Amino acid sequence: MMFRLFIIVLLSITSAYAAIETYEFKDKDKERRFHELSADMRCPKCQNQNLADSNAEIAQDLKQKIYQMLEADKSDMEIVDYMVARYGDFVLYEPRFNAQNAVLWLGPGALLLLGLMVVIWLTRSRHNKNAENAKQPPELDAKQQKQLQQVLNKDKKS
Amino acid sequence: MPRLLLFIPLTLFIALSFFLWKGLSIDPRELPSALIDKPFPEFEVAALLQPERILTKADFIGSPVLVNVWATWCPSCRQEHEQLLRIAQENKIAIIGLNYKDERAAAMNWLQELGNPYVFNIYDESGMLGLDLGVYGAPETYLLDAQGLIRYRHVGVVTGKTWQELQVMIQNLEGNP
Repeated sequence: MMFRLFIIVLLSITSAYAAIETYEFKDKDKERRFHELSADMRCPKCQNQNLADSNAEIAQDLKQKIYQMLEADKSDMEIVDYMVARYGDFVLYEPRFNAQNAVLWLGPGALLLLGLMVVIWLTRSRHNKNAENAKQPPELDAKQQKQLQQVLNKDKKS
Repeated sequence: MPRLLLFIPLTLFIALSFFLWKGLSIDPRELPSALIDKPFPEFEVAALLQPERILTKADFIGSPVLVNVWATWCPSCRQEHEQLLRIAQENKIAIIGLNYKDERAAAMNWLQELGNPYVFNIYDESGMLGLDLGVYGAPETYLLDAQGLIRYRHVGVVTGKTWQELQVMIQNLEGNP
């Protein structure tokens, strides 16, 4: 009996918890878009949470607004524009490309390119050096040649 | 020349340290308003103290004003109230209240108890005007010029220091409208 009661209590807790926020969508596609939009937008109040996770007043309002706009058949683009017009690029977890953040968007690519260039340059210069060394065997003058021959001959005799 | 190249890592390190050090003094909660230099949103909302009176943007166009977003559920608003009263006493600029997602009775009570620094109060019960304005919490204070363009947004408590900064901006607005 106690166990049953415990299960009932447990189940009622979860159902109450899930009911904090529910939006009824007739259209499955809209529901999917709602979840995508609220997961991709940042709550302006609690800055490290997205709208979907946040329970802050402002996050609830913004979700409500997204819901209303979806029901009014607005496109994703229109909804995002609406939010950016009010809260700035800050609300987007994936900010749009603009002059201010161009360095951040292009920086990694530029650095990668720079690294590649340095690697190519280094290997080339090393390669050239090796080639040069191979081309020019150390030259001995006449006296050294003679010494070399003597040493070699000595070895043969013994 | 190759000797100088050896200093590249040190220079990079110093540059990086500078940026990190600078980052320490930046408050991430202070977002610039997306509406800077843009017009205050259009609205038609009832006044707090006279529910039958409908306020619009036309009610505060003509001279620079401060719009202060406040609510009784916001402890920092109580903290800044004294300063707002002082600003109202100095009579240099009108303060308009935007009562944000609040209960009318509680808000009226607050003004009676603590004093009323506002010329009038917009009663934004649903928070929809606040949403149009990009408000994400109270208190926030906006400086509007005579044309109703938003010139500055201050997030958080208005202190004596904030007021000094605001005064400089107000003087600039009046100097070159």
